[in-house]
Amino acid sequence: MISSTRIGARTARRTKTIALNVTGVLVALVTLFPVFWMIATAFKPSPEIYSLTPRLLPAHPTLGNFSQVISGQAAGIGTVWLFFRNSLAVTRAAVLIASVVSLLASVAVARFRFRFRASFLIMLLIVQMIPGQALIIALFQEFGRLNLLQNLLGLILVYAAQALPVSIWMLRNFVATVPRELEEAAAIDGATALRIFWRILFPLVAPGLVATSIFSFITAYNEFIVALTFLGQAHSTYTLPIYVTYFFSRGGAQWGPIMAASTMYTIPVVIFFLIVRRRLVGGLVAGAVKG
Amino acid sequence: MAETAAALPGAEARASARFAGFVRRRRLAPYLLLLPALAGIALVYFWPLAQVVLYSLQNFGLPQVTGAAPTQWVGFGNFTSTFADPEFWLSLRITVVFAAVVVPLTLVTGTLVGLLLNRLGRRMSAFVSTAALLAWATPPVSASVLFYWLFNPDGGLVDWTLSKLPHWLVGSTNWSGFNWTTTGALQAYTVLTVLVVWQAFPFIAVTTLAGLKTVPAELYEAARMDGATGWRVFWRITYPLLKPIFLVLLLLSVIWDFNIFTQTYLITGGLGNRDEFNLSLYLYDKAFTFPPSYGLGGAIALIFTVILLVVTVGYVRASVRQGALT
Repeated sequence: MISSTRIGARTARRTKTIALNVTGVLVALVTLFPVFWMIATAFKPSPEIYSLTPRLLPAHPTLGNFSQVISGQAAGIGTVWLFFRNSLAVTRAAVLIASVVSLLASVAVARFRFRFRASFLIMLLIVQMIPGQALIIALFQEFGRLNLLQNLLGLILVYAAQALPVSIWMLRNFVATVPRELEEAAAIDGATALRIFWRILFPLVAPGLVATSIFSFITAYNEFIVALTFLGQAHSTYTLPIYVTYFFSRGGAQWGPIMAASTMYTIPVVIFFLIVRRRLVGGLVAGAVKG
Repeated sequence: MAETAAALPGAEARASARFAGFVRRRRLAPYLLLLPALAGIALVYFWPLAQVVLYSLQNFGLPQVTGAAPTQWVGFGNFTSTFADPEFWLSLRITVVFAAVVVPLTLVTGTLVGLLLNRLGRRMSAFVSTAALLAWATPPVSASVLFYWLFNPDGGLVDWTLSKLPHWLVGSTNWSGFNWTTTGALQAYTVLTVLVVWQAFPFIAVTTLAGLKTVPAELYEAARMDGATGWRVFWRITYPLLKPIFLVLLLLSVIWDFNIFTQTYLITGGLGNRDEFNLSLYLYDKAFTFPPSYGLGGAIALIFTVILLVVTVGYVRASVRQGALT
């Protein structure tokens, strides 16, 4: 009697585990499918792409779509590497500037008690909620007057500045966890403020800087509306998303090369996500949940 | 450091020492540290915001940009003509309905996947969350172009699949060659709903999972001892404990789906289909499509910002209540 109920309970538990795992596999497959389809299309020759009965995998995989994107023949505005270089130049500079500036600000917020501290923090929260498309008109005029449209410097400045609210908000938690006693001990030993900063604070806050850099990198790499508005017809300054958009809206249904281009745009950031996943999840959760 | 100090000419060293003393006496250090950040934020937020307020009260358009005609104050003229424009109300309706559908859908999907991840074994959980991570990592531009292709009438996979399914399941529409993006707002926003839920649920799932890990296991064991069902356990234990997280996720989702631009711009075909505009597209079109009207754009931008500010106040209050300012 006892043993039969125990067996029944065990079977019920096993059924439940199987059901959970099956659901898990289904969720994963459905989620993966669109990305899989993008990559599959990128490797298909044209007749297979427009075939009346689509196949899951390319029957005759080809690199032709990629070579068209690399030669620049497909979109007609240059090789994909040019836009890679633009995107990398912009994101790298923006991340660097944002990291330095937000580190300084987060030291101020975490280490000092001053009059407008709380207002500054609330301002950061509110400011990041202002819709980008509401300000784009004025940004366009402002940067036009500064002669910073249709070049990468304008984008660098905007991306760096736009990354500040979240970066400061995230970094201040990291700065706050560095024990003050360490800095005080160094100060007693006669270390200058600069030395304390480089030798004590900076190494301890470095993981936080990595987390915020990841965030600002992804935001800048994906940014659309500012680049779309600023770069206009200056093809040689296009970043990757604007290049893909140009290619896409040019029509002509070149789905093979378009999917090849967006695969090349997507894969680096996906790999990056996978490498930094733990920091990313922790950082974003800290940013979103704990504030 | 001593060397550099010695290398400085005496006057300069004295000046820099005097500056350091001034900073210390007046407690200026935090303000100096904040200065670059404030300059950056002023450059991309405060100054443009002030400008937009000015534009909204002026007849600022192409003649004014080129200098052909002077800028004039028009009072609230831009606002009244916006409110009198049926396209504005249509785009507002589309924006609100879209958010009202997508936000709950994203939150429910994300929470369910989060709960699933919590129940799965370690390997399976890593597999599913890696898959979710891929959807999350896909840049919005790639995702939009990709979904446009999936839902394309010529060779798209969705139409082909629907045309192969039995009529009792998918209705009697002739699905082969069905155009999702230009037929109307309902069809285009169906694609957008699938796209946005696909991209946004992983963040909700991962955040929910992080929250679930903080719930003490004893609570669940006790509930199970009492014979509580999964449904009851969720509403009696999980939900009350994770309520602050859900609140922030809800507000963030509302803001994101209200603001959405990249995906709607690409899926509805640039600015080609006026009856598929959401508020963002309507604003962008008014401001930049030839002839540009920065005045009207400014007015719409302000209306947009005020609507979002109401939501933001909720977000700030939720964050403050969680002790974010400590």
